[in-house]
Amino acid sequence: MKEEPLIFEKSVPGRTGATIPTCDVPEQPIRDLLPGVQLREALPLPELSELDVVRHYTRLSHRNYAIDLGFYPLGSCTMKYNPKAHEAIARLPGLTRLHPMQDVAQVQGALALIYAVEGALAEIAGLEAATIQPAAGAHGELLSMMMIRAHYQSHGMERTVVLIPDSAHGTNPASAARCGFTVRSLPTDSRGLTDMQALKAGLSEQTAALMLTNPNTLGLFESEVLEICRLVHEAGGLVYCDGANMNAIVGKARPGDMGFDVMHFNLHKTFSTPHGGGGPGCGAIAVGKTLAPYLPMPRVTRLSTGSYDWIRVGDHSVGRIHTFYGAFLVAVRAYAYLRTLGFEGLREVAETAVLNANYVRARLASHYHIPYPERCMHEVVLSTSKQRSKNGVKALDISKRLMDYGFHPPTNYFPLIVPEAMMIEPTETESKETLDAFCDAMIAIAEEAETDPELVKNAPHSTVVGRLDETAAVKQLDVRWRNVGDTVPTDS
Amino acid sequence: MSIPDGLLYTRTHEWIRKDATEWTIGITDHAQTELGDVVYVELPEAGAMLDKDAVFGTVESVKAVSDLYAPIAGKVLEANLSLSDNTAAVNQDPYGSGWMIRIEPHDIESSPTFLSAAEYAEYLKESDH
Repeated sequence: MKEEPLIFEKSVPGRTGATIPTCDVPEQPIRDLLPGVQLREALPLPELSELDVVRHYTRLSHRNYAIDLGFYPLGSCTMKYNPKAHEAIARLPGLTRLHPMQDVAQVQGALALIYAVEGALAEIAGLEAATIQPAAGAHGELLSMMMIRAHYQSHGMERTVVLIPDSAHGTNPASAARCGFTVRSLPTDSRGLTDMQALKAGLSEQTAALMLTNPNTLGLFESEVLEICRLVHEAGGLVYCDGANMNAIVGKARPGDMGFDVMHFNLHKTFSTPHGGGGPGCGAIAVGKTLAPYLPMPRVTRLSTGSYDWIRVGDHSVGRIHTFYGAFLVAVRAYAYLRTLGFEGLREVAETAVLNANYVRARLASHYHIPYPERCMHEVVLSTSKQRSKNGVKALDISKRLMDYGFHPPTNYFPLIVPEAMMIEPTETESKETLDAFCDAMIAIAEEAETDPELVKNAPHSTVVGRLDETAAVKQLDVRWRNVGDTVPTDS
Repeated sequence: MSIPDGLLYTRTHEWIRKDATEWTIGITDHAQTELGDVVYVELPEAGAMLDKDAVFGTVESVKAVSDLYAPIAGKVLEANLSLSDNTAAVNQDPYGSGWMIRIEPHDIESSPTFLSAAEYAEYLKESDH
């Protein structure tokens, strides 16, 4: 593949992609129709034929990497394959052409679907109620912390501290801080689990909540979760479950049964919405009795007549957190997924996701350091510290080299507590052949790191561009094309 | 890995240069190597009062964001403002032009024991898995 010029650079003066018919109404000067301030003399748009444009964008599209092209083991992201049938369902005109302002009598099916999805999520969570309003996982976290704050405010209690393990996603402390809480970090013990002594020492009458990811970001199940929740409740605090890793336990274990008061789901991860492209997503949350009064409005309810309606006002509700009712078509895909698999099928999702991760762990264990070598859940965290101290080959180098083998690299340098971390989440949708091909590549690269470290350090060798200047990309970000000599329109 | 003698070190990878009335603080060569290319440094304003172990700033690299911890309570005399334009100094010259803050320490008597260069080198060796 060769460099593809910018579409502006391919422009040829006078070339067009379409012929506009002769005007058959009286022409009026544009200045009579629009205020002068909105008019420009020259509009530097590229001039190309239709074929030029089609080829340009088709070539660029070939440079994308997607789950439809290959294995995508990006840890913590659950990049699984989402059945195309669910896409077809989410595109049915009867669903896509609804308007959120339509009379409830005309959208009973849509309301029934939201009601069913929220009911199923509450059941999977082992909690009382759910809402699909939050737009993404971090939004669900934020909403959860808003509700916890509202709970203390309505009880006239001042609890200001939120405890968060040091293995957590960075969005956890950000969500807590955004709600005015003070964040205290809890260390991880030698097993890779929450340090129980530090938890006990950290609890006080100031504790508002613990934010716990289970399984945690090391891919390990917090085996003392019952005791953890008991201790936090005993101290008068609440426990939030970051459900980012729900794919490991869906249908198998319920956060509500573990003692959690609130949790979020990523419907776009676990429940069949393609993601990674910037949305739309859904960070649905489920809550227990304590927090249910604070759920955002409006909510869907089922009347005794069997029809559905909106509840628009709640005395303790934190209010609206999304326009209308969130990303409805994400809920449609989740509904299709839930109905296709049923609870039996969901269990198999979790079982296969865990099996696949452990297969990768077992195959790579003698080639890479595994800091927490116990049986993992849906993902395994390796460290390339061996390769780094011996041959100077870093996790980043191994990831870049994987691209030459045709794989999307795993997550790098997360969780932060593992040096030279590579976080691999194969998901349940991959075959043994794919897992083997990936493991073979990882083993071959470990070999190359020994015999030809420069080959790995200078990878990738097969891509259009190799190593980019990441510092310049951050410091001198310039995403705007401008012809030399063009006047710069002032932003108003 | 450069660990100059004559400086003191913390387990959170800051270095301290003690002068008569002021301490200069930065991050170690090890810290900048682990972080990778630094793209942003946030530092307190002169006059800010720091508690011991409080976060006094953040360093952001292409890889991660890390907090900076005050090794001792004190008043910030000066922050290295040149780092806002020249973050590369943290990577290229962590013990020199990459310094972060100068503080007037308070309560020196209760100051914790810091690591010497040799002890810090040993600490890095132990924590290297």
